[in-house]
Amino acid sequence: MLKIIQMVVNDKPVEVAVDGRESLLDTLRNRLGLTSVKRGCEVGECGACTVLVDGEAIDSCIYLTAWAEGRRILTVEGLRGPNGELSPIQTAFVEEAAVQCGFCTPGLIMSAVEIVGSGKKYSREELRKLISGHLCRCTGYQNILNAMERIVNETYKVVGDGK
Amino acid sequence: MGIGKSINRVDAVEKVTGGAQYTDDFSVPNCLVAKVVRSTIANGWVKSFDLSEAEKVPGVVKIVTCFDTPDIQFPTPGHPWSVEPAHQDVSDRKLLNRRVRIYGDDIAAVIAEDEVAAARAARLMKVEYEEYPVYITPEQAMAEGAVAIHEENPDNVLKHSAFHIGDVDFDQAIAGEDVRIVEGEYQTQTVQHCHIEVPVSYAYMEKGRVVVVSSTQIPHIVRRVIGQANGIPWGKVRVIKPYIGGGFGNKQEVLYEPLNAFLTMQVGGRPVKLELSREETLSCTRVRHAIDLKVKTAVRPDGRLVARQVIAVSNQGGYASHGHAIVANAINNFRHTYHDEKSLQADAYTVYTNIASGGAMRGYGIPQAAYAMESHMDDIARAIGMDPIELREKNCMQQGYVDPMSGITCYSSGLLECIRKGKEYIHWEEKRKAYQDQTGPVRRGVGMALFSYKTGVYPISLETSSARLILNQDGSAQLHMGATEIGQGADTVFIQMAAETIGFREENIHIVSTQDTDVAPFDTGAYASRQTYVSGMAIKKTAELFKSKILDYANYMLKIPADQMDIRDGNIVNKESGEQLLTMEKLAMEAFYSLDYSVHITAETTNHCKDNTFSFGVCFAEVEVDIPVGKVKVLDIINVHDSGTLINPRLAEAQVHGGMSMGLGYALGEQLLFDDKGRPLNNNLLDYKLPTSMDTPELHADFVQPTDSSGPYGNKALGEPPAISPAPAIRNAVLNATGVAVNSIPMNPQKLVEQFQAAGLI
Amino acid sequence: MYDIEKLYLAKSVPDAIAALTADPDAVIISGGSDVLIKIREGKLAGCSLVSIHGIRELNGVFMEEDGTILIRPATSFSHVTYHPIIQKYIPVLGDAVDQVGGPQIRNIGTIGGNVCNGATSADSASTLFALNAQLELRGPDGSRRVEIADFYKGPGRTDRAHNELLVAIRVRKKDYEGFGGHYIKYAQRNAMDIATLGCAVNVKLNPAKDAIEDMRLAFGVAAPTPIRCHKAEALANGQKISQSLFDEVGKTAVTEVSPRTSWRASKEFRLQLVEELSKRALKQAIINAGGAVNA
Repeated sequence: MLKIIQMVVNDKPVEVAVDGRESLLDTLRNRLGLTSVKRGCEVGECGACTVLVDGEAIDSCIYLTAWAEGRRILTVEGLRGPNGELSPIQTAFVEEAAVQCGFCTPGLIMSAVEIVGSGKKYSREELRKLISGHLCRCTGYQNILNAMERIVNETYKVVGDGK
Repeated sequence: MGIGKSINRVDAVEKVTGGAQYTDDFSVPNCLVAKVVRSTIANGWVKSFDLSEAEKVPGVVKIVTCFDTPDIQFPTPGHPWSVEPAHQDVSDRKLLNRRVRIYGDDIAAVIAEDEVAAARAARLMKVEYEEYPVYITPEQAMAEGAVAIHEENPDNVLKHSAFHIGDVDFDQAIAGEDVRIVEGEYQTQTVQHCHIEVPVSYAYMEKGRVVVVSSTQIPHIVRRVIGQANGIPWGKVRVIKPYIGGGFGNKQEVLYEPLNAFLTMQVGGRPVKLELSREETLSCTRVRHAIDLKVKTAVRPDGRLVARQVIAVSNQGGYASHGHAIVANAINNFRHTYHDEKSLQADAYTVYTNIASGGAMRGYGIPQAAYAMESHMDDIARAIGMDPIELREKNCMQQGYVDPMSGITCYSSGLLECIRKGKEYIHWEEKRKAYQDQTGPVRRGVGMALFSYKTGVYPISLETSSARLILNQDGSAQLHMGATEIGQGADTVFIQMAAETIGFREENIHIVSTQDTDVAPFDTGAYASRQTYVSGMAIKKTAELFKSKILDYANYMLKIPADQMDIRDGNIVNKESGEQLLTMEKLAMEAFYSLDYSVHITAETTNHCKDNTFSFGVCFAEVEVDIPVGKVKVLDIINVHDSGTLINPRLAEAQVHGGMSMGLGYALGEQLLFDDKGRPLNNNLLDYKLPTSMDTPELHADFVQPTDSSGPYGNKALGEPPAISPAPAIRNAVLNATGVAVNSIPMNPQKLVEQFQAAGLI
Repeated sequence: MYDIEKLYLAKSVPDAIAALTADPDAVIISGGSDVLIKIREGKLAGCSLVSIHGIRELNGVFMEEDGTILIRPATSFSHVTYHPIIQKYIPVLGDAVDQVGGPQIRNIGTIGGNVCNGATSADSASTLFALNAQLELRGPDGSRRVEIADFYKGPGRTDRAHNELLVAIRVRKKDYEGFGGHYIKYAQRNAMDIATLGCAVNVKLNPAKDAIEDMRLAFGVAAPTPIRCHKAEALANGQKISQSLFDEVGKTAVTEVSPRTSWRASKEFRLQLVEELSKRALKQAIINAGGAVNA
């Protein structure tokens, strides 16, 4: 019943035996101990389980692990610097009081990684759309957008027009 | 030192790195999975089960049904227990129920090796029922000949209560008076909390005791109810509450922990995980009560309220949960917020039906009351041609008010200042003028609403809380609380409070975030916006005791009278000059390891709070209404709050944002629907319209900060209030824009189009 | 964990067709955003899956020699939206699929899956109707082409046989060149929602840009399948742009649709939206086609 899957998780090659019925959410949480990936609805509506697969944000609850063969997976556990320092996105979430209960936070941070990674400058309205796949009941999204705007602007200053 | 500073949350780093552990993040070896089997009728009896197919499913360990559980009825709301039977909560629930009262009622449970096996077995169970008619509304449930949903309440009325303020009734009050009568009926809908973490628990046995790890706001109450429901001594139960992914009142309820405790006992103490799906969470846990409020007011031409009558009918759903307390709170708020010259009569009914059970949800009946009361105030203002703000200012609660029924005193009020700030922000005068006489398909309007809200549950219930401080060798301290962090920032402000009173830096106070009922001090938990007030007072008392013990030890070491020393920045100083006399580390090391006089400096006190006060606030909103398609766009919105002194302004602001967002959903979109068989129609996050980031405008929050003399640090309720006034403010803004008074929420597009058509706007 | 009996990861189109032929009960899964949800709901619990996820030949957007735009079905919504060919020639389709669910769903959900579900609410469908898209289906006996208007057979039912795969969606040059388009997704929420009504207009103006040469008006959720409003189109073609034209188009469209009442929305409400949104979508499409609207 088990099948060996090879993937790169948080920059580390991983070989893991999985049940073919598992979602990537199940595998990351239960087999790899990456519990930042949260289960909130299991149907791709809340965004709490968002991870990056080959750089794109997806809901890991509706992604079969079998599809992850050979792909690169990134979760919040993979964001810290070599000495354990927070990434600028994580720092922005802390300092902008964008965190309350914290359950939607890791997923949102992963979307932020995708957004910031594009190197583009986004308006606040565009950012609203880019995080609209995450439901948050605590913050009204206000401080999350503040954190996103801050980090997008900081990155744009450094990276410029992506040139 | 600690109060009024916007320090970062103490748990933020853990939460952005994935280090914060929630219930499901604890890895339990060999854990079994339980699934609740749910009824497919909404009213009736389970007559029998056929388990033959289900038991054959590989991986099924055990199936228990409602014929196997103890015949014990227990209460589920997170209220402090009352030692007086008359004040105890309604005990109308069993671990599993033969008498089915809602669609999806808990009738059996499957314990299996994995969730697929559990789900397969649940699908294969055959159930024979005896079916009764289904009642969705209080009107249906109260009709002649309706079947009793609970035998204890033959007419399906869980409770009726009433009060009357003034010496005369409504008709006597208006006799011979020059008054205008304004009447309205305002309807609120069923909504759900939608915390992003679903209810989940692990249960196992250890040394003959049951341990339950659960996502709850109220660990000590969960422990009590597990004991009550299973008929086991409370000391045999240990409840552990890790970080939780939101609660908003739904986890101020003992949901499935007692059943999970029972299940682990059925499999010899093996760990069992019981996690609800989102669908179960929406329709099988608790909801905010749909309450209909009829309001009749006699008002003088100058805007003075002479008399009011209120009748509120609350749809309880299948089980009592918090029951009548919520609608009672709603009608009490009519008495608190505005004062009538002669008379106020109020009646409240709580009626069992066959929909999801109403329980606690952020605001506890006041969002419903405020929607009706504040919509009605605008209707009155229109009727007498008065500015709605002037009308409110003329009649609202003033500082010094004492509730004639409960004795709750208004020690401080910044309400008028809140109104002034909100008015100025939204440009009230100019916009009300500019938006007169609009034509065309798209129109704008501004509206406002206010609220008053009491802090905690005294004197209706007990308010009690303990805190504990322990000095560490390095001169830092541990803070142990029974009060819970549920995302609102409690741990952070608790640290700030302790730091303030002891004279420590915040970073030298380490809070133990997890409550483990074996070691955490007693506190009833996070609800009623009580913790900064009630538990905050426990921190203050404990911190004062802790400080005096430290100074006593400093006196032993330095031979300086304790009253001539103080603690500043975590060190012992001369009280007068501020000169540093001794570092805390040196004191602590001596206290721990002195061969002459070893003392472990700890402090623990109980705060039995016998006081209460009111917090206040307003919401101002500007909207644009696209009439032909029934869409309301909120162009600008602000909440201004008086919650007394803010402990952490940044976190307070964040708390307001979240409440406003919940209020916006309440106003414009959220509604849990049931068909005529009681089946939920939209119990998922696609069809239940929780606002997304694209449905949420920029949220503005402001404060006024009078010091409340009853609050430990001048503070009063903040957690729930932000959700109260956005819905009526938006309703009143739509009224201002279109002239159409929408008297039910949510004001969703179809409803608006229908009302605009009826008003001839389309 | 999903209640899946068997999962077959097809390596190529012929491999997938062979797997489907071998198992008459197997269900095709591509992005997963619909099928996995049905498995979890219990509707497809215990099913066997043939996965076409990650088959390279089913992915991408291309320009054929004759100017036909070819969209491979397993292209994700976000890749459709951001593809330069789509952005340059048929931005209306990119905009339409950019309104599906939320960003994560658009990174995984595929345009082919959206079409093959047969749902009237699919955000791509009304726009593909207004573009006269043509579908290519491949089975054990080879390929066939079907006009999209003939593909939908009823709610959730399509012309695709069990062992056929959708392998291409084509938009011909004559159906996009010179056209301006606009799609309005009307839903209660502005994201993560299902359309209460979807309205797509594609319009080509005369050289003076003051009259309509060719207008296509299509709706989702206005009938059991996506539909075109041919009467309203015929009425508009050749007419000068004017407010009265918009009003007539709206009124005529209402006569051509047959929405139903459900708990999500009433028939009457949907009819009101049909009338209003056809006007709004037409106006915006005219602007996008280089025309001016003074109303």
